[in-house]
Amino acid sequence: MTSQKGITLEARGLRRTYQRGTEEIHALDGVSLKIQEADFISFTGPSGSGKTTLVNLLGCLDNPTAGELDLDSRRIFGGGKIVSERKLTRIRREVFGYIFQNFYLIPTLTVRENVTLPLAFYRKPGTDGEAEKLLSMLGLEHRMNHLPGEISGGEMQRASIARALINRPKILLADEPTGSLDTKRTMEIGEVLRHLNRSAGLTIVMVTHNANLAKLAGRVIEMRDGRAHEG
Amino acid sequence: MISPFQIAYKNLLRDRVRTLLTLGGIMLASWVLVSLLGFNRGYERALDHDIDNMGYQLMVMAKGCPYEAATLMLQGGTGLRYIERSMVDSISREPEVEQATPILMQAYFDPNKGESGGIAGYFGVEAATFPAMKLFYRFRKGGWFQNENAAEVVMGFEAAELEQREVGDMTLVPEKNVQLKVVGILERTGTQDDGTIFVPLKTLQNISETDKITTIGIRVKKGADVAGLEGRLYQLPNVQVVSFSQVKQTIMTLVSTTRVMVFSIAVIALLIAMAGVANTVLMSVVERLQEIGVLKTMGAMPSDIFLLVWTETLILCTGGGIAGVGLAFAFARGADALARRVLPYAPKGGLVEIDLKLALLTIGVVGVVGLLSGAYPAWKAGRVRPLETIRSAV
Repeated sequence: MTSQKGITLEARGLRRTYQRGTEEIHALDGVSLKIQEADFISFTGPSGSGKTTLVNLLGCLDNPTAGELDLDSRRIFGGGKIVSERKLTRIRREVFGYIFQNFYLIPTLTVRENVTLPLAFYRKPGTDGEAEKLLSMLGLEHRMNHLPGEISGGEMQRASIARALINRPKILLADEPTGSLDTKRTMEIGEVLRHLNRSAGLTIVMVTHNANLAKLAGRVIEMRDGRAHEG
Repeated sequence: MISPFQIAYKNLLRDRVRTLLTLGGIMLASWVLVSLLGFNRGYERALDHDIDNMGYQLMVMAKGCPYEAATLMLQGGTGLRYIERSMVDSISREPEVEQATPILMQAYFDPNKGESGGIAGYFGVEAATFPAMKLFYRFRKGGWFQNENAAEVVMGFEAAELEQREVGDMTLVPEKNVQLKVVGILERTGTQDDGTIFVPLKTLQNISETDKITTIGIRVKKGADVAGLEGRLYQLPNVQVVSFSQVKQTIMTLVSTTRVMVFSIAVIALLIAMAGVANTVLMSVVERLQEIGVLKTMGAMPSDIFLLVWTETLILCTGGGIAGVGLAFAFARGADALARRVLPYAPKGGLVEIDLKLALLTIGVVGVVGLLSGAYPAWKAGRVRPLETIRSAV
């Protein structure tokens, strides 16, 4: 079944080293992996194991120190070249949608306005009426005109998922998407992500500490000391 | 879909107190600026109006300080020395002269004026020539004197109001104890003439026991060589010639000190407002670094973020500018009164003249200043790297 899917992202020997004073910290130590279309992968592992660093590199939010990353067979990182922020932004807006632990909804904008926010900067064709469809799909149609401060944490995260999907990304990156939510809401968001993966074939890459949430993904990769171990 | 303008506007609503304080600063600065520019224009126009309404372009008077004499005359005061009445005829023969009129200015101390008395100014004028120079005069009641020896007066609007006189009343010339009948009261002219009492020339000469005059007002023919005429008038013995264009220039020079001072205040106010805007926008950017980072993950380019922050600055500045201009319109009279208190000489009429063009100019200037002050915070916001800001939040 895996062989029938197209490869979306391929990382080879990705390294990321940070300099802290005179000390070098190897946050990522040569990670290679393939992410295919419609995969739902969760990265687990203790704090400092390199999960977020890896997802940031896969999501083109950061440049690796070494290694290569191909996106749909197109070379993004490689040969030690630093890719400019402008070029990374172009890739990001074409390919990725992001959700974060802290939602980052703008408090003075309504839920609908927050969801359509990415369209103010970049708009893929055929996104008319997408906000209403997404909000309806995520059970937020009655909250469209509410401000973020007037809805629950679970609803805020669902709104941020709608915002991440408004420009129809190929890959959804979720960094601790339920880190600020209780158990009930956590599983609720997990089910939303699984539904998006199964029904819409959306590729999802998720970082989580929550073992139950991780189990919802088709592939679970454990990170330890900057290395990836697929179970 | 939400537009970048709506995003910028709603961002300003987050901290309403801070936004209002910044708007207030810009509003005050633009109020000062538009009032100053309005004063710059209004004062000169009011002075022109005062001078035009003199009815003559040149004055001949006995030697002394010409500007003091001219200022006294503008203010309805008295000349310092006398000249011969016969000089009017010789001046009238000059080819450039359309008309010349003799004037005798006298001032008497009136113990009943104000709390501790004051000066009452009288203009002795010739009924045959003076009214022809003041064609813009309109009578509220009555008219000019019957003859040159009549024991009558025509009162300016304010003089009549002050003394509560009506046509037919008698008025007393202080010090001289002579009673004169009010035969006419002028409509308000908006000039110093409003406070003047006009008396037939010969009557005032009799009262003040002189057959001389203090001043000759000269109206020059259109297109005539005024400078040439001035030169020839200077040849007359013991007189000096005052041209109102010179007077205007001198008064404007005196006023320019005040203008420079007020202009400096406006520039300082504008600089303070500019620093306030830069500070507010910078603080707002620093507080929203994570959000800006998230906007970049959504596909916002550095230029998008720059424009977003710049738009916020522009909204603040144009909003403050419009409010300031509105305030200037609303309090133009107050600014006028204040200017009259501090100026060495204030002509009649509106000193602060604000129109739509000036209002738009001010809003434009404040907008440009705002864009300059918002450039650094906007540039800084545009350079935010999403990873660093998002990481710092975890």
